[in-house]
Amino acid sequence: MANTRLLQLEDETTIADASKRVGMPRREFLQFCATVAAGLGLPPGAEAAVAEAVASKKRPSVIWLHFQECTGCTESLLRAEHPTLERLILDVISLDYHETLFAAAGHQVEQARKTAMTENRGAYLLVVEGAIPTRDGGIYCKVGGQTAIELTKECAADAAAVIAIGSCASWGGMPSTAPNPTGSSGVADVLGKPVATIPGCPPNPYNFLATVVHFLTFGALPPLDDLGRPKFAYSRLIHENCERRAHFDAGRFAMQFGDEGHRKGYCLYKLGCKGPETYANCPTVLFGDAGAGTWPVGCGHPCIGCTEQGVGFGKPQGVGFGKPIHMLAKVKNVEPPQQYPRIVEEQGVGATLGSASLLAAVAGAAAGAGAMVARNLGLSHQAEEARRARGAGGKTEVRDAYRDT
Amino acid sequence: MSGQQHARPAPVGGSLFNATTLVCGVLIAVMATIILVRLIFGLGATTNLNDGYSWGAWVVVDVFIGSALACGGFSVALLVYIFNKGQYHPLVRPALLGSLFGYTLAGAAITFDLGRWWNFWHIFWPGYFNVNSVMFEVAACITLYIIVMWIEFSPVFLEKLGLHDARRKLGKLLFFFIALGIVLPMMHQASLGTMLVVMGGQVNALWQTPMQPLIYLLSAIILGYGVVLFESCVAASAYRRQVEVSMLNPMARVMLGIMAFYLLVRFADLIARGVLGQAFQPSFIALAFWIENACFIAPFLLIRTVDARRNPARLFLAGIAVMLGGILLRLNGFLIAFDTGPGWTYFPSVPELLVTIGIFAAEVLGYIVITRRFPVLPRAESYARPARS
Repeated sequence: MANTRLLQLEDETTIADASKRVGMPRREFLQFCATVAAGLGLPPGAEAAVAEAVASKKRPSVIWLHFQECTGCTESLLRAEHPTLERLILDVISLDYHETLFAAAGHQVEQARKTAMTENRGAYLLVVEGAIPTRDGGIYCKVGGQTAIELTKECAADAAAVIAIGSCASWGGMPSTAPNPTGSSGVADVLGKPVATIPGCPPNPYNFLATVVHFLTFGALPPLDDLGRPKFAYSRLIHENCERRAHFDAGRFAMQFGDEGHRKGYCLYKLGCKGPETYANCPTVLFGDAGAGTWPVGCGHPCIGCTEQGVGFGKPQGVGFGKPIHMLAKVKNVEPPQQYPRIVEEQGVGATLGSASLLAAVAGAAAGAGAMVARNLGLSHQAEEARRARGAGGKTEVRDAYRDT
Repeated sequence: MSGQQHARPAPVGGSLFNATTLVCGVLIAVMATIILVRLIFGLGATTNLNDGYSWGAWVVVDVFIGSALACGGFSVALLVYIFNKGQYHPLVRPALLGSLFGYTLAGAAITFDLGRWWNFWHIFWPGYFNVNSVMFEVAACITLYIIVMWIEFSPVFLEKLGLHDARRKLGKLLFFFIALGIVLPMMHQASLGTMLVVMGGQVNALWQTPMQPLIYLLSAIILGYGVVLFESCVAASAYRRQVEVSMLNPMARVMLGIMAFYLLVRFADLIARGVLGQAFQPSFIALAFWIENACFIAPFLLIRTVDARRNPARLFLAGIAVMLGGILLRLNGFLIAFDTGPGWTYFPSVPELLVTIGIFAAEVLGYIVITRRFPVLPRAESYARPARS
């Protein structure tokens, strides 16, 4: 924590060792630490603390439980590349128990969990992935003869912190949608106390990683909101940073999948995008490290609100897994106006048969009338000239008389 | 008043119901219906206006051209009161009547062209004034001029109603309004040219010049005389009266003089800016340019000599040529040679055209009603008797 200058760490052997351990060049390792610090919203200088902590502190022991889920959260973590997160999971932290990634099985792996819990009593991180069935005594999910409820309570008892990763562990997620036959619940409900949640289906791996690194650096979890979500990642509406936001403001909407507006990348609000009521950093962090546009809305699918608490169909207060995809979002910050400008700007029509013929008719009538008036004036002038030529200059006299009056 | 020295104007008289007034009435009714639709359902429902062409027939024809054609009153007043050519005085009232209708209807037409027309009063509300805007100058100036013209013209109504006392009192103040009535059009007719200048590169180089205010002002004065020529001839034909050739002849000569100056300015500007070459390119725009200027050159061929100017038919055709030239100058600048970018097109829709036609019909009907019932035209007997003798 003492050092606040990242560049001074360049020559330290601990950094060199750490970068070798996680399999990335030293400079890239430091950049990664700086990125994590910035992602957490930490003040300048904190990146050095992060780098020092990652390089020198004892790797925290992590116990990772799987219950009712699809393992998508783990799969998502394995796809992270800055650094390759499986290296970080294995080298920066000490992953002592993970049912998917462990080569061992049966009693051997259960023993590893118990050993890690004993050795790191009060210091290990418990990560729970998947919902926990509670109906009928929790018999619908058992690992090594123990129910999910028993396992969670046992592991949480001596953990330094509990992190629920994914929407299922956070508050039941997809398994808890009605009719919810197994009584699926989130970790907080089972433990009866709030836990840190990294919701999402799957959650962004960097949100989890940054939370872990924060724990590693400062010995505590980052600030959380009322749903247990780290504020650095879940304090902004998707709508606020959405790349399609300008289309929303201009009233350009895709009205159905595959229509012209959809193909042109217009706003997906009217297809049921939940971005206006969902807090997450998806539009800024993106997924899969594959560059711009790699997130659901970027790919053309409306946000389903997976990071918001959904409690099953029929209970309209939920967003993720609670509100059908086609339903309109409740816009939390800006109500859209009733009327919008047109999507297609008309560039004007040329002369139509009607307007051109009307104009021609008027011009023709005017020209004809003008010609007749000119002809009559000419004729009367000729007649007058002829009369004047005959002799009488009456007109001139009258004109002079008129001038004198 | 110098008017007292001349033949006093008198109502023409006669029936107000004939084929012409009937046609005008129908056209006005059509216009009123379309305007109602426009006021309720908006510009998109009635016009072909778009983001590229936010000004169409209503503004360019009804306001720019309509107000320029209504410069007869101003041009004649300039001649009578500034250059003290009292012999033209009998032309003032009929010319002023044309101006009155032209401007009043131009002012009404601009209201229909406002997208949010219910906010029209904003421009007259000091809190909304944008004193740096040329549009504000034009709007304020035209409004003032309309009021001034009604005051200038009010003796006609006072005489008709027999309010001689009020007429006399007004006569003492009238010089002030007459002076305003000459200054105001000079201001806004020049500003209408400035509007073209502020359009920037969207206007073709043949019309885009900082000299445009002068060109518009000169053309407005010329147009005023052209309209008087046209109006006198038409009124004489329609009411079977003698054309006031004795006045029109020298006035046409004045017009030719100003027009020569106008053409000098116009072409000197083109040469000085080095864009005259564009007028010789084989393009539609160049053709429009030459038709416009041919209209200004034609009167020199038609009424060059005193003898030629004695022929009312030639005066009439010269008046039409000048009017066409002034119309084309404005149409070319604001619509025909106005290019707001690829893809944008504009041609007035049928309802737009019908409203514009209706406005002109209203002017004709107003002219007929007022000249038949109010003392505007000079008493026919005073100089038209030879026709009957």
